[in-house]
Amino acid sequence: MTDYRPDPDDLLAAIQKDTARQQRGKLKIFFGMAAGVGKTYAMLESARRRQSDGVDVVVGYVETHGRKETEVLLDGLEVIPQQSLEYRGTKLPEMDLDAVLARQPSLVLVDELAHTNVPGARHTKRYQDIIELLEAGLDVWTTVNVQHFESRADAVKQITGITVHERVPDSILDLADEIELLDLAPEDLRKRLAEGKVYTSERIDVAANNFFRRGNLTALREMSLRLTAEHVDHQLQDYMQLKRIAGPWKTGERLMVAVGSSPFSEQLIRWTRRMAYNLEATWIAVYVETTQELSPLAQERLTANLELARSLGGEIVTTANVSVVNGLLRVAHQRNITQIVIGKPEHPRLWWLSKSTPVDILIRDSGEIDIYVVTGDRSKEKSVSPTLRLRPEIHSNGWQYFWALIIVVTVTGFNLFLVDSSPLIGYQVVGLTELMAVLLIAIYIGRGPALLAAAASAISWNFLFIEPRLTFEVSQIQDTILLFMYFAIALFTGNLTARLRRQERQARHSAERTMALYTLAHETSTAIDMDHILRTAVNQLEQVFDAEIAILLSQENVLSPQPHACSTLSVSEKDYGVALWSYQHSAPAGLFTDTLPSASAQYLPLLTPNRTVGVIGIRTRHQDRLTFEQEVLLQTFVSQISLVVERELLDESAEQAMMLRESERLYTTLLNSISHELRTPIATITGASSSLLDPKTAKDPFAHTELAQDIQLAAERLNRLVENLLDMSRLESGRLALRHDWCDVGDIISVAISRLKACLSDHPVDIKLAPDLPLIPVDFGLIEQALVNLLDNVCHYTPLGSPVVIEVKHLRNTLWIKIRDKGPGIADEDLARIFDKFYRVPGSRTGGTGLGLSIARGLVEAHGGTLKAENNPDGGLSFILNFPLIETPPVAHEANL
Amino acid sequence: MSAVVLIIDDELQIRRFLQISLEANGYSVHLTETGEEGLLKTAQLRPDLIILDMGLPDIDGLDVLKRLREWTQTPVLILSVRDDYVTKVSALDSGADDYLTKPFSMDELMARVRVAQRHALPDTREDEIFQVGQLKVDLIRRLVTVNEEVIKLSPTEYALLRLMIQHAGKILTHRQILREVWGTEYVNETHYLRVYFAQLRQKIEANPALPEILLTESGIGYRLVDTFNANP
Repeated sequence: MTDYRPDPDDLLAAIQKDTARQQRGKLKIFFGMAAGVGKTYAMLESARRRQSDGVDVVVGYVETHGRKETEVLLDGLEVIPQQSLEYRGTKLPEMDLDAVLARQPSLVLVDELAHTNVPGARHTKRYQDIIELLEAGLDVWTTVNVQHFESRADAVKQITGITVHERVPDSILDLADEIELLDLAPEDLRKRLAEGKVYTSERIDVAANNFFRRGNLTALREMSLRLTAEHVDHQLQDYMQLKRIAGPWKTGERLMVAVGSSPFSEQLIRWTRRMAYNLEATWIAVYVETTQELSPLAQERLTANLELARSLGGEIVTTANVSVVNGLLRVAHQRNITQIVIGKPEHPRLWWLSKSTPVDILIRDSGEIDIYVVTGDRSKEKSVSPTLRLRPEIHSNGWQYFWALIIVVTVTGFNLFLVDSSPLIGYQVVGLTELMAVLLIAIYIGRGPALLAAAASAISWNFLFIEPRLTFEVSQIQDTILLFMYFAIALFTGNLTARLRRQERQARHSAERTMALYTLAHETSTAIDMDHILRTAVNQLEQVFDAEIAILLSQENVLSPQPHACSTLSVSEKDYGVALWSYQHSAPAGLFTDTLPSASAQYLPLLTPNRTVGVIGIRTRHQDRLTFEQEVLLQTFVSQISLVVERELLDESAEQAMMLRESERLYTTLLNSISHELRTPIATITGASSSLLDPKTAKDPFAHTELAQDIQLAAERLNRLVENLLDMSRLESGRLALRHDWCDVGDIISVAISRLKACLSDHPVDIKLAPDLPLIPVDFGLIEQALVNLLDNVCHYTPLGSPVVIEVKHLRNTLWIKIRDKGPGIADEDLARIFDKFYRVPGSRTGGTGLGLSIARGLVEAHGGTLKAENNPDGGLSFILNFPLIETPPVAHEANL
Repeated sequence: MSAVVLIIDDELQIRRFLQISLEANGYSVHLTETGEEGLLKTAQLRPDLIILDMGLPDIDGLDVLKRLREWTQTPVLILSVRDDYVTKVSALDSGADDYLTKPFSMDELMARVRVAQRHALPDTREDEIFQVGQLKVDLIRRLVTVNEEVIKLSPTEYALLRLMIQHAGKILTHRQILREVWGTEYVNETHYLRVYFAQLRQKIEANPALPEILLTESGIGYRLVDTFNANP
C-alpha cells in the first residue's frame, strides 16, 4: 500500500516557496534552443500587448543584434538608458540596475539572462541583477538559450564541441513562474540564418558550418524541450503538493557526490545535479580531507568545484578522515544518504599494491546505499593539468634540496675520515650512518630532499666505500643485495617519515582550527559587554586569518556608517555602499564575491535566525583570496559572532526592559508618595484658609492664630517636599554642579543646626569637634543640605528629648563625621535599604517622603565621600560620613594684638 | 513722613502680601510688575528702599540692579529662590544690600528692611561703641571685650571684626570681605575666611560650635547680627 500522505517538511517547504513567490516579482523566461529562434521578438511582442493592457512596462536592457523587425517593436516602449562603465580604457554599456529600481515599473524586460556584466557593475552576472529586481518586487521577463545552463554545459560541449563560458545556474529555473519555449524546427532556423535574420552576412557561413549544423540544432532542440518538460513537471508537483493533491510524491532520495580537486569532479557534480533534479531529491557534495596536502592549483580547483556544487543548489559538507571511503560513508550515514555518486578511479595503477580499489571498498561497505560509478572525460583532465598528480605533495624548495645534499656530503666526508683512519670500521657502518642521515632529513626537511639524499648516499656509498672503491662496480653479490636493500630502506623510511610528519602537521592544523573556534566561543561567551565581544572577535579573526577586520553594527535597522571602534580595517564611503548592500540583501558582497567585486574588502552579513545584526568586513594582509577551507572556517566564525552579538543585543534589550519596568515602578511609587505628601499640606492650607474666611471663625482671635499657624506649618512642609524633589532631580539628572570651596566642617554643622533650630529645640545637640580639624574642599550648601536631611531624620524618628551627638575626627586621609542618636534604631535588614529612593521603614510614622536619606547619600557621594548607617551597640542609630582629604592650602598665622 | 518702599515683582500674590505687611508696619508702598517700569518709578518716586525680584518677565533682575546702581545708592533688597547662590552672590557683589530667600516669613522681611534702611543713613557708627550680646567693641580705642573681659585679637582678626561691625546686620559676600581685609588679589582665597572666622568665633562666641554673633550664610558670605536674636 502506498502512503499518500504528504511529507510535512515538503508541504511546509512548498508553502514557504509559495509565500516567497507572492512577495517576489514574477519571472518569465523566454527560452530557446539557440540564437535566432525569436526570443527577444516574442518577448517584445508580448510586452507591447501588456502595455496596451495598461501595464507599466519598461525595457531594462534589450539586445536587438541589429535585427530590423525587433527594433521596430522597441518603438513606443520606455527604455531605461544604459549606464556606461569604463573597463580597461573603453566604455562599455550595461543595464542601469539602480535606475530601473528607482523607476519602479511593474514589469521590466531584461534580455540575455546569461550575460556576464562588465567589471565595475554591482554583480558579476546579469542573473544576479534579475534576482535583485525580483526581490524588489518587480516582474521580470528575460531570455536565455539552453546551452547556457550549468547542468547542460557538458552535454553541449560533447555535442557541439564548443565550450560555453556564459553560464547560469539551473536554480534560476526554480525562480521562474513561467517558461515560454520558443520552438523552431532546425530547418527553419537554418533558413532564417541563411536569410540573414540571425547574424550579419559575414558571420553567416561560419555560424552555419559550426554551431548551426543540423545535428547540433536537433540535439539542442531536444535538450530545450526536455528542460521545459522537466520544469513543467516540477511546477505540477509543487502545485499538487500545495493543494494537497495525492499523487506521485517525492521519492525521499538523498544523493551525495564525492568531490575532490580533480577537474573531473565538475562533471560528477553536474551529473549529480541532473540526477537529483530528475529524482526530485536533495543532494550534497562531500569533500574528504585526507593527509594528502593539496598544491595551490589543486586547492583552487577544489574551491571552484565546491563553488559549482553550491551554485547548482547542492549543500557542501567537508569532513576530515585518513581514508576517503570511511569519510564518505560516515557522512552518508549521518545524512541518511540513499545514493552515492563517485567517479571511476582515474589512475588504477596506483592501486595495484592493494587488493581492492577504494571504489571496491565503498561498494562493499556501503550497505543499503546505492553507488553510482560515473565515468569521466579523461581527455579533458589531461589537457587541463597533466602534471597535477605527479607533483610532490610537500613542496620543498631548492634550498631544502641543497641542504639535504650538504648533509649527505658532510656525513660522507666524515665517514671517509673514519674509514681511512681506522681499519676496524667497515663500509657497513658507513651505510647505517648514511641511513640515519636520510631519516633525519625526512623528519626535518621533507620527503623530496630525503629521496634525493637516499639516491645520492646510495651512489656515494657504492662509489666511495664498497669494494672495489672509486668504481660503481660491486664485486660481491652480498654487497649488491646490501646496496639494493639500502636504497629500498632509505626510500621507504624517508617516505614513511615524511608522511608521518604530514599527518602530524595536519592534525596540528586541524587542532589549531578547533582551538581558534573554541577560543572565539569561549572568549565571546565570557565577554561582559558588546565592546568586549567585538574586540575579542576582531582579535581572533585577525590572528586566524591574518587580516584586517571591520565590524559595522546596525542600530535601529540602519547600518552604522562608522565601523565599531575596535575595527582595524577602515571602511571607505564606497566600501560602505558594499557593506550596506550585503546588509540589506543578507548576502556576502565585495572582493572575491560575485557582487561588487571591485570593493577593497569582502563583506559578510552577520545573520541570525531573525535578522541581520551587522556586517563584517575582512581583507587579508596579503590581499589574497581565502582558501575554501578558510572560507568555511570564516563562515563558522561569522555565524558564531552573529549569535553572540544577537545574544548580547537581546541581553541589552532585556536589560532595558527591566530598567523600564524598574523606572515604571519608581514612577508609580513616586506618584503615590508625592501625591499623598503634596495633598496633605494643601488640604491643610485650603481648610485653614477657608475657615479664616468664615465670618464666624474670624471673630475668634484664638482660632485665627491657630489656623494661621497651621497654614504656616503646612506651607513649610510643602516647601521641604519641593526642596527634596528639586535636590533629587538635580542629583538624578547628573547635572549637579559642585562649587568646591574650602570649608570648615564645624561651620557647616552649625549652619545645618541653625536651619533646623525649630525641630532640634526638642533634642539636645552635643557637638564634639576634634581640635585642629582640616578644611575640606566641598560645596558648602550641598553638604549643609546633606547634614540637614540626616538631622531632620533624627528629629523625625527619635522620641522628644532624646539627645544627638555629632562627632568629627580627622582620620588619616579622611574626615570622619558621626551623627549618633538615642532613638529606636532600625532593623538590620533595613539598614542597607534606608538610602534607597522612596524606601520607608515599615511601620514608620507618616510625613516623610523617603527621599531625604537618599538625597543625603547622593550629595555625599557626589563629593567622593561615603555615607552609611549602623545601629549603636548601646541603642540608637548612627550615620557615618567620610570625606577624602587632600592637602589644605596654608594660611599665614599671625600674633595677637 | 513714612518711608517709601518700591516693590518690583511680577507675582500678584507676593506683591499683595508685601504691600499689606509693609503698610501695616507704616511704610508707604508702590508696586510695579516689570523691570523697565521699576526703573522708571525709581526715578520718579525716589523711594527709600527697593524690593527687587530676580526673575522678572522683561529684564533680568540683576540687570535692573546694575542699571539702578549706575545712578542711585537706594538700598535694594533682593528676592530669590533657594540654591540660587550664583545669582545671590552676583547681586550682592553688584551692590544689593541684602537678599531674602523665597519662601520667607514677614519677621525676616521686616528685619532686613530695617537693617537696609539703617545702612542707608550717613555712617555714624565709627565713633560709637558696638555691643551685641556678650561682645563689646570700642572702635576708637580698639578694645574688644567679651563678658567684660578684654580679649586679644590679631591685626587681621580685628580688621575682620571691624568690617563686620561696620556692616552689622547686613550680609557681606566672601569677595567683599576678602577685598576689604586682604586686598583685591585675594578675592578667591575663601579658605582664609574659614580659618579666620573660626579663630574669631573661638574668641568672641559663647559656644563657637553654634555661633550666635558671626553667622555663616552658606555659599554666600557672613553676617554679624546687630541685635541679639533678631534672626529667628
